[in-house]
Amino acid sequence: MSGIHRGAVAIVGAAETDELGSLPGMSMLDLHANAALNALRDAGLTVADVDGIITAGPMAMEVSDYLGIVPRYLDGTMVGGGSFMLHVRHAAAAIASGAADVVLITHGESGRSRVGMPPWNRTPSSLPGQFEMPYGALAPYSTFTLPALRFLHDRGMDIRDLAEPVVAQREWAQRNPRALKTEPITVDEVMAASPVAYPFTKDMCCVVTDGGGALVVVSAERAADLPSASRAVYLQGSGESAESPLISQMDGVSSFRSFRLSSQEAFRTAGIRHDDVDHLMVYDAFAHLPLYGLEDLGFVGHGESADFIRDGHTRPGGRLPMNTNGGGLSYTHTGMYGMFAILESVRQLRGEAAAQVDGVRVGFVQGVGLFFAAAGALVLSSERELG
Amino acid sequence: MSFLEPEPTPATAPFWEGVRAGVLRLQRGRTTGRCFFYPRPHSPFDPDEEVEWFDASGRATLVSYIINHRPLPDVDVLSPIIALVRLEEGPTLMTNIVDVEPDPAHLALDMPLQVVFRAAGDAVLPVFTPVFTPTTSGASAGEVRA
Repeated sequence: MSGIHRGAVAIVGAAETDELGSLPGMSMLDLHANAALNALRDAGLTVADVDGIITAGPMAMEVSDYLGIVPRYLDGTMVGGGSFMLHVRHAAAAIASGAADVVLITHGESGRSRVGMPPWNRTPSSLPGQFEMPYGALAPYSTFTLPALRFLHDRGMDIRDLAEPVVAQREWAQRNPRALKTEPITVDEVMAASPVAYPFTKDMCCVVTDGGGALVVVSAERAADLPSASRAVYLQGSGESAESPLISQMDGVSSFRSFRLSSQEAFRTAGIRHDDVDHLMVYDAFAHLPLYGLEDLGFVGHGESADFIRDGHTRPGGRLPMNTNGGGLSYTHTGMYGMFAILESVRQLRGEAAAQVDGVRVGFVQGVGLFFAAAGALVLSSERELG
Repeated sequence: MSFLEPEPTPATAPFWEGVRAGVLRLQRGRTTGRCFFYPRPHSPFDPDEEVEWFDASGRATLVSYIINHRPLPDVDVLSPIIALVRLEEGPTLMTNIVDVEPDPAHLALDMPLQVVFRAAGDAVLPVFTPVFTPTTSGASAGEVRA
């Protein structure tokens, strides 16, 4: 396993679509292509250099053909919005094994305008079609949110604690001109926003946007030869896990096993401790996820997550800056947000973020997929060797 | 407006046939008695163990819930309360809570629930209703439903 971690491979290209937000002039595939070409330009590589393609949503060859890539390695791993964390890990494995040299990972989703998007899947014979959708669990806001009351109840926490991540992340978004929501907000204002699915108000739910992002992954040796060498970001550790595609069957409603297992493996393979992490991204489609994340990843103890945020530790100036782009709650959320969490980690490690934190050497990125069905974790670093 | 009616597969058909007959049927391992959900031809605890169907009690407790304020415009549902409930036999399932106001004041976590079967278009769904345990002595062991 050490062959794929500890600086063996590097992210050398990382970019978003030119714009995020409402982009009715671009199809899903256009968004993939725009982000991919930006990422290749960022890396100092071209389409002709790419021999591996990984994506989630469309099939891998839909993207490679659209770009004119002749791939010798294809991976369409799809576990929902956190697929891209797994993709970085799989790209590293492909490169370490010699199956590919230059791997392009793409995301594009017309989440708001729904141009060139497949229709919603409502297959009535599927497991969700039989055991969830008939009860009205059709949208993320009425499904992903279901475990939250239990999480709060088991810890003696209050529904106002769900407002804390929103308020803290909005402070980051205020510093980010690309964020969709940048106006300051208070806990009372979050609680007073229109109800979406009790206990969640509108501001506790992610924004809905069009956009895309892409990563280019190569070996550390190849990275050193590129014009982007000084900006390379290295993979130190990773983990992935999954449980049930039905949220009712998750292994413990108030703690997410896949968060625990994937993060533990990422820490172990990287050989780092929590104290070593300078910057954290936790996939936040809804406000309970940063709370689950802080606790399940072990950054705080049982029931301490909201107090940790309230006390300022994840905010600008705090000791564990979290979701510094504003997150899915304030920055952007196309449907599969994971790519944007990785891209913000890369920007922080490069020192190029809009709300840049001083001295970020080690970043931790935690993804979640298909509600509480799957998870992937990455430990990234600005230097190849962690001293 | 229409309900999203479940379409059984061969493995799940006994569950849905039970629901139509007013019985909540679950599966368990024949030797260990370990009960599981959702229906499958094998036990997720031990794929070699023989599996049998049995009639569950229909008693459950409320694990967690949301109250949906934005029902999709083209879909009927039995209740805006979408819940996870833990059956007395062990498994957790998603369902609706019915016959109670969609108000957190009436929905305490861990409260006892009882299955009821309701028509949803051409289908029948197992949904749950709160059970109010009598507090006065001398009341029957059976529960009174609100």
